[in-house]
Amino acid sequence: MATEALLAVEDLRTEFFTSRGIVKAVNGVSFSVARGELVGIVGETGCGKSATIRSIIGLVRPPGRVVAGSARFESAELIRMPRRKLRAIRGSGIGFVPQNPFGALNPILSIERQFRNVIRAHESISRPEVRTRALQMLTDVGIPDPERVLRGHAHELSGGMAQRTVIALSMILGPRLVIADEPTTGLDVTVQRQILDLIRDLLEREHSAMLLVTHDLGVVAQYCHRVIVMYAGKVVESGPVTKVFKTPAHSYTKALLGAIPRPGVDLVTISGTVPDPINYPVGCPFYDRCPHRSDPRCETESPPLTEVSEGHFAASYYHPTRDQSINVGT
Amino acid sequence: MMALVELHNVEKRFPVRGGKTVHAVNGVSLSIEPSETVALIGESGSGKSTLGRLVLGLHQPSSGQITFDGHDISTMPAAELRTLRSQMTVVFQEPDESLNPRMSIGSIIEEPLVIHEPALTPGERKARVVDALEHVTLTEDLYYRYPHQLSGGQQQRVGIARAIVSRPKFIVLDEPTSSLDLSVRSAILKLLARLQSELHLAYLFISHDIHTVSYVSDRIAVMYLGQVMEMGPTAEVFANPRHPYTMALLSATLWPDPEVRPAQIRLTGEIPRPTELPAGCLFHTRCPYQDDPRCETERPVLREVAPGHWVRTFYDRDEPAVVGIDLLGL
Repeated sequence: MATEALLAVEDLRTEFFTSRGIVKAVNGVSFSVARGELVGIVGETGCGKSATIRSIIGLVRPPGRVVAGSARFESAELIRMPRRKLRAIRGSGIGFVPQNPFGALNPILSIERQFRNVIRAHESISRPEVRTRALQMLTDVGIPDPERVLRGHAHELSGGMAQRTVIALSMILGPRLVIADEPTTGLDVTVQRQILDLIRDLLEREHSAMLLVTHDLGVVAQYCHRVIVMYAGKVVESGPVTKVFKTPAHSYTKALLGAIPRPGVDLVTISGTVPDPINYPVGCPFYDRCPHRSDPRCETESPPLTEVSEGHFAASYYHPTRDQSINVGT
Repeated sequence: MMALVELHNVEKRFPVRGGKTVHAVNGVSLSIEPSETVALIGESGSGKSTLGRLVLGLHQPSSGQITFDGHDISTMPAAELRTLRSQMTVVFQEPDESLNPRMSIGSIIEEPLVIHEPALTPGERKARVVDALEHVTLTEDLYYRYPHQLSGGQQQRVGIARAIVSRPKFIVLDEPTSSLDLSVRSAILKLLARLQSELHLAYLFISHDIHTVSYVSDRIAVMYLGQVMEMGPTAEVFANPRHPYTMALLSATLWPDPEVRPAQIRLTGEIPRPTELPAGCLFHTRCPYQDDPRCETERPVLREVAPGHWVRTFYDRDEPAVVGIDLLGL
């Protein structure tokens, strides 16, 4: 799809040092995002999707620590980059949209002041110039009365308006990559759709890429080019959305898709639970719950990501297209 | 057959500070038959949860009538209502918040029996609790455990066990799966379906998720600002939505299939405050199709457009539905 990666993550490992033991939240994750590409990371609670993006942008706090691996943005290594340098990249090179807009907005500063802080951290421009640009950006994100929003404070905004404001703040410097962590979770569906459309339009206009973390497979199917499925701190499948949603190659992805309710179709349930992140099994992390385990290596070796078709990878010893004799569990 | 639950023109207003009034429910008429699942769908502020509480007798309606099994509960004295409560129970969204952390699982499930069936001996009560645990596929050894020792899915099973232990005819399910991960959610939905057929339960299923509703419900009522805007058999309403709001909801739903892209109907703005209801049709401030002079001045009434399919709108174009979703074809 792309020749040059905008973001290249390699063998990233992030651990949390707790009283119970070491939680391997991110357990050897590799992927890349090309210029202008929209990539979704999906998975259930505790799969390490948020920890992955927080590691990339230097937001992991003790007792957590990135213990190994690399994340290169353009030509700069982000892991263990000095804070000041990283802060310069965040905002101008990489924009971040968190799940809770009210946590991202400062409750005691006016919205205008927050725009000023963001822009002036990177460029030296006058107050009136800041104002003009902020008003334009707020108009672009569909805020009906940008003058009033600029004068006001976060608590005066509805959830949808606050998230639009955060998007405006995170994109005002024209970042080449936007990293969004569940940006529409908790919003109503009609508002969710408006905001996702808006993000996509802005990204297209700026030729920017996005790394979108979500638990909602519908968001990925409708808005992303490529999807990364995570389970137990690892990437278990990745590829173009058309391939992964039509012909999932990993039993976990297949089960997740089957667990979305639709009328007249028997719902797939996944037996068992996610393995303990302190004591991951030696073999495949999905072994205990997998309806297709059959290869002797399943229990003893963690399967590597292998290409099942062009650009489509799965970390599994089971290959549904090759092993037609194995019946797909329903 | 007589309806088990019947609402006739129910309204609920709450006075708030500043002499204002929240118009939470604005004239809802609805019936639920024995063993039937009716889904209430709508966004935040639609009044769906308030309606659920009215049906359970947890709120008194400001006007209108609610009957349960032939008894008028809107005017019933509290003591009499309490005896009916064993027949109609509730399961809440957040299992960890709705289970008392200081009570053991056994006592949580037992509590309704202590209240409603004081004549039971401790042994008989325990037998009923164990039976309820078995119904929700939990093992008896959880009896002496506490909620924090359980996973989210197990906690929700405890919530369901508590709701069925008094052998009710009717359960209000208020977003019972919204806080659960996909794989856990599918197991709970299957469990609810099984219990319904085994125990002949009627459900009022409150949800904002179209996927879930399409799977669980026989009939659906779409709510907006405290009114039912459209109501009918679920498959019929989804295939031939006649209200612009229902169309907008369906078109905003993100189907987990990159090839299913329903036509887009974009709503502008956000839901008005329930303290200041718009004049005319409650939806006209956001409606993309208002073309009738009455939209701004007159409240439309529900009219039957197909057997059992009711719509509250002046919009009445005789063209094929723009966003109908053939549920079985998905």
